[in-house]
Amino acid sequence: MTAAFCVHCGKPPAEGDHGRCARLRAAVDPPRYCPECARRMVVQVTPTGWSARCSRHGERSSRAEAFPRASAPEGSSFNAVSPTD
Amino acid sequence: MTAAAERSRADHSAAVDTHDVLAFAREQVLERGVGLDEARVLEILRLPDDRVPELLALAHEVRMRWCGPEVEVEGIVSLKTGGCPEDCHFCSQSGQFPSPVRSAWLDIPGLVRAARETAETGASEFCIVAAVRGPDKRLLSQVRDGIKAIREDGNDIQIACSLGMLTQEQVDELVAMGVHRYNHNLETARSHFPSVVTTHTWEERWETLRMVHAAGMEVCCGGIIGMGESVEQRAEFAAQLAELDPHEVPMNFLIPQAGTPYENYEIVEGRDALRTVAAFRLALPRTLLRFAGGRELTLGDLGAEQGMLGGINAIIVGNYLTNLGRPAQQDLDMLTELNMPIKALSDTL
Repeated sequence: MTAAFCVHCGKPPAEGDHGRCARLRAAVDPPRYCPECARRMVVQVTPTGWSARCSRHGERSSRAEAFPRASAPEGSSFNAVSPTD
Repeated sequence: MTAAAERSRADHSAAVDTHDVLAFAREQVLERGVGLDEARVLEILRLPDDRVPELLALAHEVRMRWCGPEVEVEGIVSLKTGGCPEDCHFCSQSGQFPSPVRSAWLDIPGLVRAARETAETGASEFCIVAAVRGPDKRLLSQVRDGIKAIREDGNDIQIACSLGMLTQEQVDELVAMGVHRYNHNLETARSHFPSVVTTHTWEERWETLRMVHAAGMEVCCGGIIGMGESVEQRAEFAAQLAELDPHEVPMNFLIPQAGTPYENYEIVEGRDALRTVAAFRLALPRTLLRFAGGRELTLGDLGAEQGMLGGINAIIVGNYLTNLGRPAQQDLDMLTELNMPIKALSDTL
């Protein structure tokens, strides 16, 4: 099922620019907005996971969903320092 | 020191090219274990890109010589999230900004689980954090009950806390609970702090650190790179940390948090991040220098390895307080590949 709202900014996918959501927020943030109603969720991050609770649509967690993990976003500013630099 | 040894040292010093900051650092920091001062740290931060590999290699040598090959691994968890009255401009947990982070309290079973998950990674350190100006009775009671429950779970991991600014009475309470280390970041250079936080002062933070140190707890104090500070202010910050002489310095790189005044700040460039890591190592040759938040964005996987080979000797594994980190196993595998043993809990007790 396609989410009605972006979990990172709470806007519908067709509304606004979600480039930053995809490049930055998805790399380091758990879901913050309910994908069904866009309410801000109460989120608890733990060392190995997260849980997010919407007052209307209940709890979702990293154990039940594809687990977003931190990684350098595409186009990251990092340039490796090679020994020959 | 004998007269002969003094003479030998003087002869050696005379032979060092004091115009080249890396040659100077090799003699002062690597050979004698004396950190660089602010002016020399600034020179390091201004080194051209083509000297960064040489800088990282020296910082690694310094770390190996004065700290050894072991890496201290830590997990952290937020006991009380969001709703903070302070206005730290980098922080998604401030109640003063329209951040999507909502207030949350972790219950005791959740805290015990988080400590157990952390211990299972081989970590020797578990830090309990709360987004507050300072702890009230309810928070301290939760921390006390949480530590008791972690111990009753058979978990003897070392426990650190980060609960904001403290009174002397609160410092004494934490010592009595068995908290062995206290984190309170100065965040940035004294001269830059008023641009970052207006609801309290750098000096108020310093006062908490002074009390923590005097009470015999280990002091953990670092900051965030990339909050609009100048290169000069990075050098100033390194010198101020050296003056404090903390047991541990966590190095964070700004994650531009949604809804905060720094939302649109640029991520620190990877090479600058590595240069800063190495510069801090040369200012703090004997200190635990810990990779903390933001390294995933700033450095990626390869940069993290280069940081471990450029002065870092401690690491937060897994997730952070409100942000996600990379899987703990990925960091543990990296340490194995780099032949860096994890500091055992038995070594810390």
